Amino acid sequence: MESNDDTETLKTLPLDGWHRARGGRMVPFAGYHMPVQYEGVMAEHNWTRESAGLFDVSHMGQLVVSGADVDTAIEALMPGDFKILREGRMRYSLLLADNGGILDDLMAARLPAENPFGSEGFYIVVNGAVKFEDIGHLREHLPDAITINHMEDRALLALQGPKAVDALNRLVTGVAELVFMRGAAFDWQGHALWISRSGYTGEDGFEISLPADAVEAFADAICAEPEVKPIGLGARDSLRLEAGLPLYGHDLDPDTTPIAADLGFALSKRRREEGGFPGAERILTEREDGAIQKRVGLIVDGRQPVREGADVVEADGTMVGRVTSGGFAPTLGKPIAMAYVPWANATPGTVIHLSQRGKIHQAEVVAMPFVPHNYVRAGA
Amino acid sequence: MPRYFTEDHEWIDVDGDTATVGITEYAQSQLGDIVFVETPETGKQFSKGDEAAVVESVKAASDVYSPVSGTVTEANGELEDNPALVNDDPEGEGWFFKLNLADTGEFEGLMDEAKYKAFVDKL
Repeated sequence: MESNDDTETLKTLPLDGWHRARGGRMVPFAGYHMPVQYEGVMAEHNWTRESAGLFDVSHMGQLVVSGADVDTAIEALMPGDFKILREGRMRYSLLLADNGGILDDLMAARLPAENPFGSEGFYIVVNGAVKFEDIGHLREHLPDAITINHMEDRALLALQGPKAVDALNRLVTGVAELVFMRGAAFDWQGHALWISRSGYTGEDGFEISLPADAVEAFADAICAEPEVKPIGLGARDSLRLEAGLPLYGHDLDPDTTPIAADLGFALSKRRREEGGFPGAERILTEREDGAIQKRVGLIVDGRQPVREGADVVEADGTMVGRVTSGGFAPTLGKPIAMAYVPWANATPGTVIHLSQRGKIHQAEVVAMPFVPHNYVRAGA
Repeated sequence: MPRYFTEDHEWIDVDGDTATVGITEYAQSQLGDIVFVETPETGKQFSKGDEAAVVESVKAASDVYSPVSGTVTEANGELEDNPALVNDDPEGEGWFFKLNLADTGEFEGLMDEAKYKAFVDKL
């Protein structure tokens, strides 16, 4: 859940004034004042799917983890194979508790020698709402020889959509040569950037780390490109939901495991064979035998959205699961949701029932993503 | 035909003992893109302040309260297929339901257009 949302303790993003000047409606999220929308969620959602949207994700934690044998050190806390990850490649992974519960989901890239952070090792981006807990966890569990640098002087932007590459390549020549899940160092007007081809919408796009004191000029420049408009958190949520991507604190939390959350792909082959990550015994057993519940996608009958907090119920009303995200999918024109349902009911095609504010809704389990991903992959 | 407004951002047109109820331009602008409206069934009786309808935007669900007491005589069937009508024309074609008034003296405490405008300007 988003913590620290008391208005009085909220922090401001480097682009706070920029968002307000552009008509952004600010709301508390993850401890910050953040723009939920500019012209409207539906219009921003559709613009991102058709052109390119700029998202300010500077609330997220940008870390560099470095030191002797850093691969082994981080593999003790996450289930990914980081030893084979080559320079400039990135991987989705999970910070796991000893019982296999998910403490956070994150992206980790192995830095090449040329990078803007002045350090070797891994560049890791974690969720804003839990970044300080993550840093505490890493400090406690990583060896003393490993250094954690929380780069609070850097901003993070995401440019997402089919025309993102055209717009960004005009400002930063060469980004078009990146492929999905790879990153590299770039320069923009003398500022050192780290740009990766990645994102949270299911569309092609980029994530751009840059100095906080350069972010306003960069945001102005990229939004001057005809393909680009600023996009708020509202559309970020509906886009990632259509893309089937879980949101930490909602679809993932310490009570969910990688198998229950249907994130088995984050368990690299060598790590599955060797074990040695937190909760390995439980997670590998669940991988063979199934977990109690599984995260699935749902298409809800009718037009009424069924939202986070609704119950998954049996015919007699017994609660057997819960909706963790839900809303109206602008691209599909119907309500969709993510829910944890009993393992036996997780097969696509299964019809289940949801209870919200005393009303029963019928829904069908479907494979995710709801809207196909449009990533630009290597060799494609 | 007098039009009244509530602090919950509903409007009521009164014509004899019939009232038409909807949400205001300000309400739709705050809600954003409306994707679903649940209107009440004909014949349902409401006391002033009862939950009468549900309006869902992409962001959230909101209740619409009956601003006066009465019996539902008609709901706007257009909203089932085209909920965005509430965004496009909230104080006209996007009306929610009509009531047969139980008490034509219940309008005290509701605002007229000028008072409502002043109320919204302070928000």
